[in-house]
Amino acid sequence: MIEINNVHKVFNAGKANQVNAVNGVSLDIKKEEFLVIVGANGSGKTTLLDMVAGSVFPNSGSIAIDGEDVTKLPDYKRSKWIARVFQNPVSGTASDLSIIDNFRLAAIRTQSKGLSIGINDTFKNQVKEKISTLGMGLENKTEQLMGTLSGGQRQALTLLMSVMDNCKVLLLDEPTAALDPRSAEIVMRTADELIKDYRLTSILITHNLKDALKYGNRIILMGEGLIVKDLDTEHKATLKQNDLFDWFG
Amino acid sequence: MDFYLTALLQGLCFSAIALGIYISMKIFNIPDITTDGSYTLGAVVTAILLTHHQPTYIILPAVVIAGGIAGALTGIIHTKLKINALLAGILVMTALYSVNLSLMGRSNLPLINISSLFTLINISADPNHNTFWILAIFVLIITLLIGYLLKTDFGIAMRATGNSESMIRSLGVNTDRMKIIGLALANALTALSGYLISQFQGFTDISMGIGIVIVGLGSVIIAETMINWLHITSVWLSLVLVIAGAVIFQLVLAVTLDIGVNPNMLKVVTAVFVLLIVSLPRLSLLSRK
Repeated sequence: MIEINNVHKVFNAGKANQVNAVNGVSLDIKKEEFLVIVGANGSGKTTLLDMVAGSVFPNSGSIAIDGEDVTKLPDYKRSKWIARVFQNPVSGTASDLSIIDNFRLAAIRTQSKGLSIGINDTFKNQVKEKISTLGMGLENKTEQLMGTLSGGQRQALTLLMSVMDNCKVLLLDEPTAALDPRSAEIVMRTADELIKDYRLTSILITHNLKDALKYGNRIILMGEGLIVKDLDTEHKATLKQNDLFDWFG
Repeated sequence: MDFYLTALLQGLCFSAIALGIYISMKIFNIPDITTDGSYTLGAVVTAILLTHHQPTYIILPAVVIAGGIAGALTGIIHTKLKINALLAGILVMTALYSVNLSLMGRSNLPLINISSLFTLINISADPNHNTFWILAIFVLIITLLIGYLLKTDFGIAMRATGNSESMIRSLGVNTDRMKIIGLALANALTALSGYLISQFQGFTDISMGIGIVIVGLGSVIIAETMINWLHITSVWLSLVLVIAGAVIFQLVLAVTLDIGVNPNMLKVVTAVFVLLIVSLPRLSLLSRK
């Protein structure tokens, strides 16, 4: 589904503060694979994810999604396959817009935003039904501004928004980093359910080793812009938490 | 009383500029100074076409297109050349001064005894009342159009662009294109104010746009204060308050002149008034603590 072929990314090339973020990563992510990426800060995880999303372009190498070369395609054109959940809840939702407005935009992620009014009663009911599956009691607050919600509520809604429109790839960049343990668990469980229900290909970056162990069917460790370890479903299943701790030792 | 009626009419003329600033500043979060130039541009295009006896259905689109091009230029400089929005606006505004001057060929063009928008239709025998009704209908139509636009899928995407750029890009919107369209729209509205004012006052002057951005800003800030104060989230009500802001702004200036403040000091009064509106909510917050 996603083929990453020997990508390199250097920031501030030739300057004193040059950063070699990703140094030749090749990765073949199969359809419906749920890949977990762990690694220390500065190991190139987020840069790699940004390159898949299209918000950062590689210096060399190529990236293909669903058989199509997307190396030079900007992020807003990759939205026909990709939905994203950001580390910061503010980045994934528009605070000054109502919940229903946010969902409307998500519902037409792969389509053009035309000059007709798309929010009608049918749409409102559809959104309410979706939101009620979260069990957060938000279904009757759809006219409320997104900014009035907590980070956990916003991340959970961002997840739901990602499957409002046809979605093939879900990118999760430390979605629970800013959340309390309870909200974090709800968000991760929702993500896992959506990934299974909608049979999504997904990438999760996390610093939470419990989550890394519990979710996903493949795990890679990154260090200094390279893939250090790569465990498939079988090997990941036998992985113990202590082994994971040792990776960071 | 006529004095205040004139202020009301002027406020209605300026409501288009207020809507324009509302779009650039509040919706897109871009401080756009192109305004001074595109306002005069609208007035210049109006004056030239009126003196060439062109009908309204040609003048009006011409003004909108001229303003739109000016705004789009600022947008392109800002997004494609990655130049600070403030500087991009100043550049276009400066260039527009020469454009306006060479278009007119002189610094002042009177429009006396030329039939204008306000003599086009006769609703009332009193020319001031007639002007009021025409302006009211004009502003109503603009407000309905902008309000509808902001409610559409495109409009929601516009509002999200100024709010959470990372989100709206991941939802498939080209934010550069959106900003260019937004600035074009804002300056098209600004040019419409130039169109109205030049016909209202009966002349176009090359320096009429100097400092006009503060009129739009002041109106929007008055509106914003009311929006926050009344906890308004509705798009329609916000637009109505922006227009109310434009009228209140002109009425306050009329009061200042009425109580005998030297007209030369008008710009100082304007600046202090805007400062007061901006700072009052903060001051009252401080005292509460």
